[in-house]
Amino acid sequence: MSSYQQTIRDGMWNNNVAFVQLLGLCPLLAVSNTVINALGLGLATTLTLVATNVIVSMIRNIVRPEIRIPVFVLIIASVVTAIELAMNAWFHELYKILGIFIPLIVTNCSIIARAEAFASRNNVGLSFIDGLFMGLGFTAVLVLLGAMREGLGFGTLLSQAHLMFGEGARGMTIVLFEDYKGFLLAILPPGAFLGLGLLIALKNVIDKRAVENKTSAIHNQATAIS
Amino acid sequence: MTKSNAMLIVRNMIISALLLGLFAISGTAIVAYTFDKTKLRIAENERGTIVKSLHALINPNEHDNDLYADVIQVRNEALLGVDEPINVYRARMKNQPVAAIINSSSPEGYSGNIDLLVAIQVDGTLAGVRVVRHRETPGLGDGIDIERSNWILGFNGKSLTNPNEKSWRVKRDGGAFDQMTGATITPRAIIKAVKKTLRYYADNKKMLFETPAIKAKTKDKT
Repeated sequence: MSSYQQTIRDGMWNNNVAFVQLLGLCPLLAVSNTVINALGLGLATTLTLVATNVIVSMIRNIVRPEIRIPVFVLIIASVVTAIELAMNAWFHELYKILGIFIPLIVTNCSIIARAEAFASRNNVGLSFIDGLFMGLGFTAVLVLLGAMREGLGFGTLLSQAHLMFGEGARGMTIVLFEDYKGFLLAILPPGAFLGLGLLIALKNVIDKRAVENKTSAIHNQATAIS
Repeated sequence: MTKSNAMLIVRNMIISALLLGLFAISGTAIVAYTFDKTKLRIAENERGTIVKSLHALINPNEHDNDLYADVIQVRNEALLGVDEPINVYRARMKNQPVAAIINSSSPEGYSGNIDLLVAIQVDGTLAGVRVVRHRETPGLGDGIDIERSNWILGFNGKSLTNPNEKSWRVKRDGGAFDQMTGATITPRAIIKAVKKTLRYYADNKKMLFETPAIKAKTKDKT
């Protein structure tokens, strides 16, 4: 398997920021109450990861090791500020809903972790792919958790889609249950913890099944040969 | 430590510092450029958001002035909820006062302040009330938000005399306003804040419309 494919698999599954590294949980838990909020924050984080990974990789040979952390912090803070301003300009209402969590992307530890552990040691192309898929992996978990919480909590999916896709998207909202009274636990913070816990458990079950299938396949092969 | 060794350390320090400085300058350049490119749009968005929320309360056909520009700031912690300058937008038609929209606040919410826009017609009746910012419990107290329920429309057309002073409370407390399932504190807080805002308007009506609009408008909460 080429190292590009490996990087993609790591980002989306094997080394997923939210499932495996358990980094950046503060925004993950706080903003996953609806699909649209989750998607907005996920994409902003992805954009940040791509930009910082590419920049860090480009300058990896110039920066001296003793000042690399301050330089990474500077780059991350500048990129996030620029993204924050851009969101304020073009996605004003979504920006207002996500509020403090946009500037807080600066402190999302997954970003400096990728800069330090990956981008500062790999070429620009690979770092771009790593940033993109680490971000998309994070976004996927956010959206999944958002869908679980919004579906259970409000009985809808994609409500307020117009904040992201413009007025034409008002019709995108899916009502799962008519006249739904709502399930508070799902919307409140405990719902986020429970939901994430269940998702991580599910991933572990899938991984375990995959390993068992593989070993039993090898076992069968071995018995067939002998 | 030999002298040349110390020189080497100083030399490395200076190079590192210069490098760090260079990145600081580039980072600032990115931010400054983005700020410059988005400045106008952000100001336009903020203005648009405020005008939109004001026009939800005052029909655009009923005034001919620029609501966003015709604003003053007042301060009255006892009646307007917080000890901060509160924006008051004025709607006028042919220079005659039509309504005042007061950006007052309730400090008695379940979870932090609830910021309101209270639109009062010149005769003292409510044109409407909207919650612009709150942190009430989702699913319980957030019914005050027009996106979640129509409860807030219950204020339309009310005034200090309709219902009478004693009936400015929820029905459960013997008043005239609907309660909200699962939330007691939140509706009480809002009813009280709206009533106090009406009181403030009644006491200061003349001043509210006659004070000239401020020129340099500071950032507000809406």
